[in-house]
Amino acid sequence: MALDRITLSRFRNHADTALDDTRRFNLLVGENGAGKTNVLEAISLLAPGRGLRRAALADLPSQSGGGGFTVGASLAQAEGEPVRLGTFVRADLPGRRKVRVNGAEASAASLGEWLAIGWLTPAMDRLFADSAGARRRFVDRMTLALEPGHARHAARYEGALRERNRLLGDEREPDPAWLDGIEVQLAEHGAELAQARLRTIARLSDALAAVPDEPFARPLLAIEPGGPADEAALATALREGRRADRRAGRTLTGPHRDELLVTMAGKSMPAAECSTGEQKAMLIAITLAHAELAAQGRPGLLLLDEVAAHLDPVRRAALFERLREGAAQVWLTGTEMTPFAEIAEEAAVWRVREGAVERV
Amino acid sequence: MASQEIEKLAGALAQLPGLGPRSARRAVLWLVKHRGKALPQLLEALGAVQDRLVECEICGNVDTRNPCGICADPRRDAKSICVVEDVSDLWALDRARLFTGRYHVLGGKLSALEGVRPEDLAIDTLLGRVAPKDGEGGVDEVVLAMNATLEGQTTAHYIAERLEEFPVRITQLAHGLPVGGELDYLDEGTLAQALRARRPVG
Ligand SMILES: [Zn+2]
Repeated sequence: MALDRITLSRFRNHADTALDDTRRFNLLVGENGAGKTNVLEAISLLAPGRGLRRAALADLPSQSGGGGFTVGASLAQAEGEPVRLGTFVRADLPGRRKVRVNGAEASAASLGEWLAIGWLTPAMDRLFADSAGARRRFVDRMTLALEPGHARHAARYEGALRERNRLLGDEREPDPAWLDGIEVQLAEHGAELAQARLRTIARLSDALAAVPDEPFARPLLAIEPGGPADEAALATALREGRRADRRAGRTLTGPHRDELLVTMAGKSMPAAECSTGEQKAMLIAITLAHAELAAQGRPGLLLLDEVAAHLDPVRRAALFERLREGAAQVWLTGTEMTPFAEIAEEAAVWRVREGAVERV
Repeated sequence: MASQEIEKLAGALAQLPGLGPRSARRAVLWLVKHRGKALPQLLEALGAVQDRLVECEICGNVDTRNPCGICADPRRDAKSICVVEDVSDLWALDRARLFTGRYHVLGGKLSALEGVRPEDLAIDTLLGRVAPKDGEGGVDEVVLAMNATLEGQTTAHYIAERLEEFPVRITQLAHGLPVGGELDYLDEGTLAQALRARRPVG
């Protein structure tokens, strides 16, 4: 139950790349800029959404490709023929990503029925030191993989929040009935949003509780709520906060002010104050725990970009051990083979150079 | 090479929703081919629309008479009003022939970001229709058939609150209407179900 026969055509710097005979561990090794992460990004597009770089569609086709690209892969099944998954943008319809399953057009959302793909990239390294908003987005992305309805509540809440803030910022005294109408929806979708985040953190915490403190830095997760998670209580808080919110020029209560708190177990130290190695280890622990929750009977795939090189040998060995125990197919990138010595024997290895791959 | 007049007509038709340059050109070719009969008919119909189309002063519907055909129809239940955002919603709902009362067109939806305020919508005229008159009972039921958008639903809540002072039953479609013309493609079964399952607001 893993991806095989992965093809990239006119995608980023890959003119025509194929990866066959994949294994549990798959390594992409090459210089920076060779196109390793582009392979991971292509694979990440076999899930709904914008992929691991959150790139605009227009950035994906290769410079010389005329505006279109294709990514394909076959997914082995326990019984019967493998399922053929594909996603592409046609040069004459550059704004639209299309999806095919076994040759028939399908929705991007339907990709999620076949595969659960999780990833960790260097761009996420600063997560704990970053803004509270970045951590909320991180929680929302994890929640979305567990509860597809989350996106709609988040969008509605954001929209209602902008309406309320505009109304409160008005020179005229805001119409109370109009505020009521907006707050009904803020409370409804805000409560859904807040509760879904709490459920995600609770499930992750359960999964992480089984992980030993050492050698992996084990994170403890909590949400510091920005407002009541109960619909009626949130509605009341919004109504009672109107005067203060009007003075502040914005809404001071609600899940848009939720904060994800991460501390390192054992040390009881806020994650932002831990060493970069410890922060990376905690991110990995969260990513692995989430990948297992998200798989839910679907085959799982983990894309770990530049992860191994930044871990000390003990943590690296522990990571490989956990990945070996897990069910997911793993894709790793690195500039050299040394950090992968322990799994080199069992892994499929490709050397990546200038947008082309060569099996080692 | 088509003449300037024909190019101009094709350009005007291409602006219509659902038509593009290619369909517009096909329509023009057809009109040229059938110019003997089709062109006078079309000209007459367009002229009539330009001369006679008016907005109904009661409900905001667009018709060739004022009050409109719906407001003037004695078989229509005057005690039941269905409130919609736009004329397109009214027409789509009425085409399905599911609602036996009359309508009220707001002319948009509340949006703080786009600067659409309560006074920009036909809300006061709605309150005027609902308010009990001397000796008469006014309206029994108001059905709020706003779009399923955030602004549509905010508007529905707003109107429900403004109507609270009147002895009137306020209901809402089981789910909001799809936006504008999309209603054309909504099958009658779905709409009938949404109307049947309308629920009290509050
Ligand atoms: Zn009328």
